[in-house]
Amino acid sequence: MTSPARTRRLGHVAVTRTLRDGAWRVVELITTPVVPADYLDVIAPLRNPTVLRARIEAVRRETANAVTLELRPGRNWQPHQPGQYVRLGVDVDGVRLWRAYSVSSAAGRKDGRFTVTVNAVKDGVVSGYLLKHARRGMIVTLDLPAGDFVLPASPPPKALFVTAGSGITPVMGMLRSTLPSLQDVIVVHSARTPSDVVFGAELRSLAEAGRIRLIERHTGADGRLKPDELASLVPDLFERETWACGPGEMLDDLTSHWTDAGAADRLHVERFRPTVLVAGDGGTVTFERTGTTAEATGGTTILDAGEAAGQLMPSGCRMGICYKCVLPMREGIVRDVRDGTITTATEVDGDKVLIQTCISAAAGPCRFDA
Amino acid sequence: MTTLQRKEVNPIAHLTPEDIEQIGRELDAIRDEVLAVRGEKDAKYIRRMITIQRRVELGSRALLLFSLFPPAWILGTAGLSISKILENMEIGHNILHGQYDFMRDPKIHSTTWEWDSASPAEQWKHSHNELHHKYTNVVGRDNDLGYGIMRVDEQQKWVPAHLGQPLYNFINACFFEYGIAAYDLELGRNLKTKKRRSNPAFRANLRAVGRKIRRQVLKDYVVHPALAIPVGFLMGNPLGAFLGTFAANAVASLVRNLWSHSVIMCGHFPKGVETFERTSITGETRGEWYLRQMLGSANISGSKLMHVMTGNLSHQIEHHLFPDLPASRYAEIAPKVRALFEKYELNYVSGPLVVQVASAWAKVFRLALPNRKPAKAIDHSIPPRHPAEQPAAV
Repeated sequence: MTSPARTRRLGHVAVTRTLRDGAWRVVELITTPVVPADYLDVIAPLRNPTVLRARIEAVRRETANAVTLELRPGRNWQPHQPGQYVRLGVDVDGVRLWRAYSVSSAAGRKDGRFTVTVNAVKDGVVSGYLLKHARRGMIVTLDLPAGDFVLPASPPPKALFVTAGSGITPVMGMLRSTLPSLQDVIVVHSARTPSDVVFGAELRSLAEAGRIRLIERHTGADGRLKPDELASLVPDLFERETWACGPGEMLDDLTSHWTDAGAADRLHVERFRPTVLVAGDGGTVTFERTGTTAEATGGTTILDAGEAAGQLMPSGCRMGICYKCVLPMREGIVRDVRDGTITTATEVDGDKVLIQTCISAAAGPCRFDA
Repeated sequence: MTTLQRKEVNPIAHLTPEDIEQIGRELDAIRDEVLAVRGEKDAKYIRRMITIQRRVELGSRALLLFSLFPPAWILGTAGLSISKILENMEIGHNILHGQYDFMRDPKIHSTTWEWDSASPAEQWKHSHNELHHKYTNVVGRDNDLGYGIMRVDEQQKWVPAHLGQPLYNFINACFFEYGIAAYDLELGRNLKTKKRRSNPAFRANLRAVGRKIRRQVLKDYVVHPALAIPVGFLMGNPLGAFLGTFAANAVASLVRNLWSHSVIMCGHFPKGVETFERTSITGETRGEWYLRQMLGSANISGSKLMHVMTGNLSHQIEHHLFPDLPASRYAEIAPKVRALFEKYELNYVSGPLVVQVASAWAKVFRLALPNRKPAKAIDHSIPPRHPAEQPAAV
């Protein structure tokens, strides 16, 4: 049973809440048909509670191909755990494109900022843009930190990090955050040349100070590192808790090596999946919620293909002018049948790429949230 | 304006089907040129417009807290009128057309945008984007021809009630946003029978409009006037402050309604604009669809400011050809479109606002009376198109 005092207090809370809700409703009426935050955006874009944004506070060049962005996140940000990544939405030529980048700074900075280190990938639209155009004051959209490529609460007595290229980024975040609590750390890092090593100077000085044992591999001269070689470089390989991040092939090799040794549970991998979607002609169209699939040719619109397969589709003008048929594409690639424009959606885009199904044809497999 | 197939002189008699498809290809090429450069400039433009509009609105609303003070009332009312016009025309209309969907910004997207109008965005997109833009000027399919309340074509049957249409048109102009909401609901048709009145889809739309209007009215005529009351107390006249701001909101809405009604009347009503028989769009090709948009729309000539304040609907012809290209690009492509009209000897209807408005009003008056000459019989020299009615080819 609730005590009278508690009832009074609850009553008080309820009244306060009702008053606050009422006041908020009046504020919403002041700004209707948009929400108060839309007006706030005009003055303070980082204060918007519904759209998480960050301001670039500093830009540091790491190598010829890599740049570190120091970001001040806006309201409702949650601190990351070392090793996690964030999704950044960057407006490239007016179009918002999303990419995932590992956080490279130590966790729990007092100023609330964090850094990501962007490595320019070949033909990478966003990484190339950030390398060239990222400036102090620029606003980017972001998402909360995610990913389970993290260290356990109690640090392992012996740790091994195997990285290649930009795979060092999440590991750098881990080292910067938790190195004091780690006893025995080996970092095996591959890059094409010594100057391509991102954070090279910092890693080498950590090695000189005896904090880590650093094994650098320069693939330009020595070729790719094989798991067998790794075994000779690190004799107590399977005694160590291992975190690996880098290209898919490397991770595949490592995974089978650890599995063969029966030590698969000691290897933690982070895969960057650079989704390379190549436009073809037609493909399987999947409507995830109903489970309907349709084989569509390059000349059939998604709308027609879906309807023919019995999927209930929103539709309107059927000629690309009314935007009533748009559906979110989770992953896939489509071609505009009018002008041939290619639109892609990758996992990193979430379910945010809206496709006009009446003028889009599959240019590869496509998955729709419908 | 008469339906195309009954005209004494058919304006497209000189075009072969190949010509018409060639026109389509040339227009597609113009579209491709814009798509090739569409990007950051357009994103910046619409963001800047939104920022300007919100600043003007915030400033005007702040001024109207002091509505007892006449200069503040005048400036605030003028600012609010401008902000409402910008919000409806250059921002709302164009975003709801999907012109900025390419940005993939969920805040500036046709699926999420809601505008300062009695008409909920969803319903307007259906009646405007889908029906009006697809069936432009097709008698009996495009209800924008007279909005279901007026006779705007000689071919429409005259009844004595049409005598009042100059008055209806004026009332519609004053309360335009509510007229549009009623139009989106197809009130005339849906209220006719009991069965239609109780149709759940209609009732749901009706409720949505009711909700939207309630919020809009509360905002302009209750909440904002009430915000002026505290200042009114300080100046010794709280009621006056309330009424002053109330009046300012009413005037700004009236100005916006009269302005948008005038601009929109200029789009399809002036002299020289063609209308089409219901049967003429059966099996229409992409080229024929383009041609219908060319003949069915009219432009307003004027300054850059004029184009912005009309939401670039002054480039109605370009807008109807490419409703989903960013409106601020229409001025760039207008010379190319016009050259195409000349090349194919078609009538590019354009004129200053005053002339076009007068021309549209003249028609409203003229057609309030029965025709002087009986209607022509159908011109059978234009062969009927494919018998099966198909959606326009993409």
